[in-house]
Amino acid sequence: MNLLGKLTWSAIPFDQPIIMGASGGMILGILAVVAWVTLKGYVPYLWNEWLTSVDHKRIGVMYIVLALLMLLRGFSDAIMMRAQQAVAAGGAQGYLPPEHFDQIFSAHGTIMIFFVAMPFIIGLMNFVVPLQLGIRDVAFPTLNSVSLWLTASGILLTNISLVVGEFAKTGWVAYPPLSELQFSPGVGVDYYLWSLQISGVGTLLTGINFVTTILKTRAPGMGYMRMPVFCWTALASNLMIVAVFPILTATFAMLLLDRYLGFHFFSVDAGGNAMMYVNLFWMWGHPEVYILVLPAFGVYSEVSATFSGKPLFGYRSMVAATMVICVLSMMVWLHHFFTMGASASVNAVFGVASMIIGVPTGVKIFNWLFTMYGGRVRFTVPVLWAIGFMVTFVLGGLTGVLLAVPPVDWQVHNSLFLVAHFHHVIIPGVVFGVFAGYMYWFPKAFGFTLDESWGRRAFWCWFIGFHVSFMPLYVVGLMGMTRRLQHYDVVSWQPWLIVAAAGVVIIFAGVICQIMQFAVSIRHREQLRDVTGDPWNGRTLEWSTASPPPAWNFAFLPRVAGRDAYWIQKTLARAKQVQPAPRRKYEPIEVPKNTPTGFVNAFFAVVTGFALIWHIWWMAALGAVGGFVTFLVFAFREEEEVEIPAETIARFDRAHPAEVAL
Amino acid sequence: MRCVVLALALICAAMVGGCSEGVLDPKGPIASAERLIMLNSLGIMLAIVIPTILATLGTAFWFRASNTRARYMPDFAYSGRLELLVWSIPIMTVILVGGVTWIGSYDLDPPKPIASAEKPVRVQVVALDWKWLFIYPDHGIAAVNQLTIPVDTPISFELTSSGVMNSFFVPQLGGQIYTMAGMVTRLYLKADHPGTYRGISANYSGAGFSDMYFKVDAVPAEKFAQWVAATRTNGSVLDAQSYAALAKPSQAVTPFTYRAVAPDLFNGILSNVGSVVQSGDPLCFASVVSQRAEK
Amino acid sequence: MSLAVAVSDVNEDAFVPASEAGPAPKRIVVAFGFWVFLLSDIVMFSVLFAAYAVLVRATAGGPSGAQLFNQVSVAVQTACLLISSYTCGMMSLAVSARQRFNTYIFALVTFVLGAAFLYLEVHEFASMIARGAAPQRSAFLSAFFTVVGCHGLHVTAGLIWLAVMMAQVAFKGFRPSVDRRLLCFALFWHALDIIWVWLFTAVYLMGIRL
Repeated sequence: MNLLGKLTWSAIPFDQPIIMGASGGMILGILAVVAWVTLKGYVPYLWNEWLTSVDHKRIGVMYIVLALLMLLRGFSDAIMMRAQQAVAAGGAQGYLPPEHFDQIFSAHGTIMIFFVAMPFIIGLMNFVVPLQLGIRDVAFPTLNSVSLWLTASGILLTNISLVVGEFAKTGWVAYPPLSELQFSPGVGVDYYLWSLQISGVGTLLTGINFVTTILKTRAPGMGYMRMPVFCWTALASNLMIVAVFPILTATFAMLLLDRYLGFHFFSVDAGGNAMMYVNLFWMWGHPEVYILVLPAFGVYSEVSATFSGKPLFGYRSMVAATMVICVLSMMVWLHHFFTMGASASVNAVFGVASMIIGVPTGVKIFNWLFTMYGGRVRFTVPVLWAIGFMVTFVLGGLTGVLLAVPPVDWQVHNSLFLVAHFHHVIIPGVVFGVFAGYMYWFPKAFGFTLDESWGRRAFWCWFIGFHVSFMPLYVVGLMGMTRRLQHYDVVSWQPWLIVAAAGVVIIFAGVICQIMQFAVSIRHREQLRDVTGDPWNGRTLEWSTASPPPAWNFAFLPRVAGRDAYWIQKTLARAKQVQPAPRRKYEPIEVPKNTPTGFVNAFFAVVTGFALIWHIWWMAALGAVGGFVTFLVFAFREEEEVEIPAETIARFDRAHPAEVAL
Repeated sequence: MRCVVLALALICAAMVGGCSEGVLDPKGPIASAERLIMLNSLGIMLAIVIPTILATLGTAFWFRASNTRARYMPDFAYSGRLELLVWSIPIMTVILVGGVTWIGSYDLDPPKPIASAEKPVRVQVVALDWKWLFIYPDHGIAAVNQLTIPVDTPISFELTSSGVMNSFFVPQLGGQIYTMAGMVTRLYLKADHPGTYRGISANYSGAGFSDMYFKVDAVPAEKFAQWVAATRTNGSVLDAQSYAALAKPSQAVTPFTYRAVAPDLFNGILSNVGSVVQSGDPLCFASVVSQRAEK
Repeated sequence: MSLAVAVSDVNEDAFVPASEAGPAPKRIVVAFGFWVFLLSDIVMFSVLFAAYAVLVRATAGGPSGAQLFNQVSVAVQTACLLISSYTCGMMSLAVSARQRFNTYIFALVTFVLGAAFLYLEVHEFASMIARGAAPQRSAFLSAFFTVVGCHGLHVTAGLIWLAVMMAQVAFKGFRPSVDRRLLCFALFWHALDIIWVWLFTAVYLMGIRL
């Protein structure tokens, strides 16, 4: 009986200098941060104010911190892949052997989708949605903390795979039979599955939380047709999370049963059906794209309206388009495998259905255009991201519609043309969007704006670097280069891949600019201080609070009179049509008490996940019991809320007189 | 602005560069038809996408805050006519491209036979770890990583896999199709011009995937007959035993041929994948489904 | 959790649509959120049902449903679960009426019926495995054990939840947070019933015809 399951010293790749260097650096970095925090005496502050916080604003910030850190990890993978393909032409093997290269592209996809794009989007929603709805927190604040920490658990497990064992070598989609035990006997696929199962539960809980928040807890007067468009896109996104993440959970559960207990869902023998996995995976996977991109569309809507000094053009169309995309996105999954050999009718129906999604998306593009029309467009950095998105995304959408034509798809499916296409929609669509949102809401979160000039530099590096990286991939895709090649024999592809690698260097410069922007802004925070709470002349309720907002967000729940609620308040106040609100009596506010439940649960989730990956059954049982006990302790706690005295609230409001107190 | 021009220039370069090989340089009717559909769809969409890009840049530039000549309309948030326009433009585009899609999906359906006076040559394809096996059931021969076909003759492919999924793809002849264990997919292709084309697996299948490509020799009919005759005279025989040896994982396999093939081997591979091993079964295939060793 | 803020100066006379009435009371919010969770759970079951439908004929030479299913045992299971739903409803009534004793009694009956259901299910599984019809035998059996077992796991979770709730009633008494949790438990228990009715129909009744 081996107490450590499959785990031995040979699981640590001491002979791989790249992995050991990267993981050593990562471990040293973590240790350095921990040591610094401890020496400076920040541990109690960090624990009390952040790690155990159930405040939606802090949880949002922590999600975004996770996303930014993982962006660096995922981007390092991208650099290594581009470098490998730039050199491994003809007889050359490059510097990465297949077993390492295969892990890198699998990790890159998994990390970028699940641990960069998702946390970033969820972080923005966390921070913004309650403020825009004019309420004090999400519907279930403790659950929100649990979601955050489960996501962090998945992230941690994936990163542990760098040091202990290996990650999946199956691509980020982990299609069986390749991902079955028979063909992938190592622990890589298990790391993939358990990381995503654990973080997937967190995401599902977020979805439930936000659907409830948006549908059931809005400020008085905030009818559906008065909600900011970002809230609408968040609603659509979370509805999709609730509808499709269970599909992913069930599918991965079936693959886990195949791998752990010898079931035959997707195996090549005993009647298993691997194509069922492919179908189910994309029933989740296609909506997932829209889960990510719709909130980014919401950011673009907020940014374009605010910086044009105009309401969003065609609000009702925007809402309708959002909800149409939400529904249609669940009906087009088959276009990810037109090459399966389905009948012509099936291909034709799914091809046309996929194109129909282009209609609401096109409507959105035109509506942003007309939002700028007749406005006074201030070319701040968020606007640059938004315009960069619009001009780039339409081309990405174009190649997407090409891929939705089955006969064209048969020619370019799985090629670098496909890779170029989905980066062409996800980078401008999602990444530019979250960067715009990051710049736009940063002053609300921290009380000072981010430096503009470094922001511009970052934008131009990203924008140019993106085109230099991915346009060549369209070319080699059309030349017949398939994806996931560790080396290739066709030397005429090489010049294009070298250009693509150069593009990555330009994007890297953009990342450096963003880090510089962050550092410079912190240094100059006093000059960049936002004392009004409304640095951009905003239109929605989040700008009516102080920057950063107090724990209770609003001393009095705002009364919403129409769309762009804060804009209306400001207009009325300026026209002196209403008197400043009579001094109201401050009442104490109850806010949910901070709790370590989420953090402790995440600890046990990591223990259990790690134990299951390495077949250390006693430890898995221990972790599960620990999680259950944590839950019991939470369920039996006596004090669930703390009261903030009226005095504190009044003092805060007196200290922030610049807000429009309406 | 400069970058958009650059982007467009690169896309044009893609068209030009891609023409020398790959899917934009078709050598058969299927690939030609698919390229035509691609270019038609691209044309329809560019007609709307390019004006949109220019309009976006123009609008943003003209309505910049510093331009005092631009009219500020702070309440311009709805216009019924414009709404009609913004919904109808993409709808009409999609109707056009959707029509192309619908027709193309039926016309170019992979299992649809190609009309021809010539009788199709049948080829059975098995994707192995990590090489391609081509069985010519009507000629009783087989080849590995090398597909020889007569020009101007439709080739009827039946495809399957020994285990992991791959995708059979000859970009210059036509679209790809998956090969899946225990299932058969069908595909018709035809070469119009003699030549050597590149064939690949277009679905990642593990460590040896990068070398899983093959050579397609499209030769005139008489040369094909000569090749068949020559193949029959040398090489070994492909039967259950030699298939079991072949199915073991191997990488970058040099092309070679078999002079004879056990009859019904393909169906054996297909139906025996994963079914319960019965002792004494001469085609004991379940055990040869490639099993990858833990490193 | 302070969302239900009394808005003192809303003009009560003016007509306010429901969507503009401000944050809903906590009980509504919790029940609604739990409904959303149940919907997501039903999505997960529907995937398992779909997998079962795809694989039901993939017996790989092994036994089929017609050879395996014991209608009598399944009928008793169904009866246990349906009656437990009724007693669960009685428990909810007792909670509303603040009758502590009745709450315990009906909770106990619900628990016993749920446990009986589980016992029969485990027994069925064990006898199938003993006859060589283990989930590793064929894709059909994998799907069968998974969809039925997943429901069984839900019932197990429900029993643990019920036990914890009775402890909460004992130690914390009827207070709003306990009430809300009992409400959610009742929703959960009835949802398991609904899923079982589908399961009974799709797996056992339709299964024997194949």
